[in-house]
Amino acid sequence: MIEWFTTVQIVVACAAGLLCLVLGLAGRLPGDVSMGAVAVVELLLIAQLVVAIVAAPFGNQPTGSLAEFYIYLISAVILPVAGGFWALIEHSRWSTVILGVVCLAVAVMLYRMSQIWFIQGA
Amino acid sequence: MAMHAQNTIAAKQVTPKVPRVSGVGRLLIVVYGILALAATGRSVFQIIDRFREAPIAFTLSAVAAVVYIVATVALAVPGVAWYRVAWVTISFELAGVLIVGTVSLLAPAVLGLTSIDPFGRQATVWSVYGMGYLLVPLVLPVLGMLWLVRHRPAPAASAA
Repeated sequence: MIEWFTTVQIVVACAAGLLCLVLGLAGRLPGDVSMGAVAVVELLLIAQLVVAIVAAPFGNQPTGSLAEFYIYLISAVILPVAGGFWALIEHSRWSTVILGVVCLAVAVMLYRMSQIWFIQGA
Repeated sequence: MAMHAQNTIAAKQVTPKVPRVSGVGRLLIVVYGILALAATGRSVFQIIDRFREAPIAFTLSAVAAVVYIVATVALAVPGVAWYRVAWVTISFELAGVLIVGTVSLLAPAVLGLTSIDPFGRQATVWSVYGMGYLLVPLVLPVLGMLWLVRHRPAPAASAA
């Protein structure tokens, strides 16, 4: 796990989450902006997954449990996809709010992941 | 008469489209789903990895996870029976988070916990009132109950 990348990712996930919450509560249906924000969050998660897989050969080891880390990471990767499909199927303002909640949940999970990687066993 | 007919048509059109799950309700279900996922993931991992450390706490954690899953389903599925299940599971959660939260603060040893750090390796979904989950486990049952009160399923005979 790369500290600055994770920080950027958490900030992006929070921003995307707040954006979708605001758009949704303002009555907007899921659209290019909200779905795009979620797509960015998802892309960064996939990048994080690649980083996690590649990290070991470079000697970048978690201080805590790698298994616990991956439970969080894989759940986090699934969430935006699930939320996105929900938004495509159910076209209502609440789907936009749900996209926001999903992004914020991802942000919390990323924070937990960074704790496991950097702090847990240190 | 015409009015009545219109009402009936309106009712027929509306009834299947407005199950218990609409609007904010869907949001509630999603949040419940995420919490169920989080609690399940964590308790499964803790049980596999370190069950002996705090068997009582981790067992409670797993029970909580299962109840969250049932509650999520109960909120999503329409019908009187599921409505009751939703009440039972959500009440159980509220009781759980209050009782276990209090015990984890005042007497962590009862649960076999040596640490009450809500973010630590022994943290469970109910420890310190769900602090490790941003107090969502404490707030959610209350919101769930409010929502259930306002969305009683109509008796089958006179739906809508």
